[in-house]
Amino acid sequence: MDLLSHLALGFGVALTPVNLLYALIGVVLGTLIGVLPGIGPVATIAMLLPTTYALQPVSALIMLAGIYYGAQYGGSTTAILINMPGESSSVVTCLDGHQMALKGQAGAALTISALGSFFAGTVATILVASVAIPLSELALKFGPAEYFSLMVLGLIGAVVLASGSLMKAIAMIILGLLLGIVGTDVNSGVARFSFGVPELTDGIGVVTVAMGLFGFAEIISNLEVTQKREMVAAKIKGFFLSKEQFRKAWPAVLRGTSLGSVLGVLPGGGAMLSAFASYTLEKKISDNPGEFGKGAIQGVAGPESANNAGAQTSFIPLLTLGIPENAVMALMVGAMTIHNIQPGPQVMTSNPALFWGLIASMWVGNLMLVVLNLPLIGMWIKLLQVPYRILYPAILLFCSIGVYSINNTNVDIMLTVFFGLIGIIFVKLDCEPAPLLLGFVLGPMMEENLRRALLLSRGDPTVFFTRPLSLGMLVAAALLVLIIVLPNVRKTREVAFQEE
Amino acid sequence: MAVVRSPKELVAGLMFVGIGVTAIVIASNYTLGTAARMGPGYFPRILGILMIVLGAIIVLRSLRVSGPPLPGWKWRPVLVILGSVIVFGLVVNWLGLVFSTMLLIVLSSAASTEFRPKEAVISGVLLAALAVGVFIIGLKLQMGIWPGSR
Repeated sequence: MDLLSHLALGFGVALTPVNLLYALIGVVLGTLIGVLPGIGPVATIAMLLPTTYALQPVSALIMLAGIYYGAQYGGSTTAILINMPGESSSVVTCLDGHQMALKGQAGAALTISALGSFFAGTVATILVASVAIPLSELALKFGPAEYFSLMVLGLIGAVVLASGSLMKAIAMIILGLLLGIVGTDVNSGVARFSFGVPELTDGIGVVTVAMGLFGFAEIISNLEVTQKREMVAAKIKGFFLSKEQFRKAWPAVLRGTSLGSVLGVLPGGGAMLSAFASYTLEKKISDNPGEFGKGAIQGVAGPESANNAGAQTSFIPLLTLGIPENAVMALMVGAMTIHNIQPGPQVMTSNPALFWGLIASMWVGNLMLVVLNLPLIGMWIKLLQVPYRILYPAILLFCSIGVYSINNTNVDIMLTVFFGLIGIIFVKLDCEPAPLLLGFVLGPMMEENLRRALLLSRGDPTVFFTRPLSLGMLVAAALLVLIIVLPNVRKTREVAFQEE
Repeated sequence: MAVVRSPKELVAGLMFVGIGVTAIVIASNYTLGTAARMGPGYFPRILGILMIVLGAIIVLRSLRVSGPPLPGWKWRPVLVILGSVIVFGLVVNWLGLVFSTMLLIVLSSAASTEFRPKEAVISGVLLAALAVGVFIIGLKLQMGIWPGSR
């Protein structure tokens, strides 16, 4: 069967010593930053992008992907042990996970968290592998009009499912698109928005934007709040799961995995949304909703599986269609571009070793995480005790070196500082940076597709509506906007995000 | 006289309108072209218009829907953090990585309300060693380690 032979190729690539090493580095780093508050996968991946120049593309992607789903594991550890979500998707795990820990069941919570995540990771890997071929084949039928509409749908979908003001988020996307245009226009050779600065004629680097908006701005806003971290560390009395706990937990794992797999593929989806949805689902269908919030194991098993499934399946739109649907995937697009790989359905056929190798290594990475996490918990706890005042200068240092090393010029540092400044302004104005990053990464592609579509149709803009696939996608995007703008849905959405 | 119910939204909306106008003004220097043959100014102009429209909607909403007030602004973290990075960028070439790192660590630590100078210096030394190990030896980045080596 074709799928098996592809997977065999994939594992052949993923299991080479070099790629195993980078997978290990990725997941360990991911767990580390998942454990540490104040730094997340986006900033880390942005920081490491320049250092991957020297690597083989597949090794670079393996490591960066490992950081993303590794962070999900790390975040659960702190959520359970000290009631602090290291990662946004672990917020839900705090609710029941920490309660379990306080009842002396920390070990069980950690175990079911790790096992559930591993199960979800396995299922998600199989899903990604099976869905890849049919989706890519579908995508190859896309013309520029379809691609443009798909990007519109993807961008709209990404903000619709996110929290916060829809109008502002769309405005952020447009700003991202504008920033993406900075540089020399490929078709005319005109340097756009470069303000006479020669370094800008090559455009702004994705590392610069991501680092400034997500790295620097986060550090600055963290420092505005006086640091007070109450560490209510719970003791771990063994990792054993009782039969009773297992019986209650495994259906939640199944449900969480399915939910996460579906939600992860949707634009804007991914780990966080899946975790929230799973918690809500478990609470709704439980025979005993009262026990939620007091240490219900389903409240840990479900969301933990969901967030891992969601994180991995969010690679599907990226790998098959070339469309990133959250900030992390946007950076993966950046990583691929740096290595001269054009993201899209043709990656599968032109670069099968990379494609299947990446998919296979996700499973390998999950395995490493299960094996590593439980024994290394003691180490993670020690690390958490490092005060932020020591931590953040180190983060700042790595960010600065990373940015400087791109071109060995000070201009990049100044640009990153600029983005840090506007990043903190955005935080003050409640404007989300993630849609900007998405727009930034997609900007040039969108313009190119728009141009081609109009060229082919000889200037007829209705081409986007006369071609059925394109029309379908634009209608879906419009529907999404309408649904959110309707008043009662808006209220529900706000309530759902109040519980954060 | 309209009441501003949501100052945050108002500022955000005005910002977007401003950006949109700036984009259109700059893009007007580029050839527009036609729909069939888009010039470099085409897409930016569309985006600028969209931005102005969205900004206007946000401004209008800020007059009708209540929202939280503008949060306070503390100068110290912003200036110290960004300032220390700017300094790093300026000196790293002629001071080399080791001293630039130490400078960055000590300066940026000053942004924290829990600043402890001695601790920052030690941290700076350790991180400088780590940085050299990871970035120059491990990743083979081309950066001078000591002053004057570049």
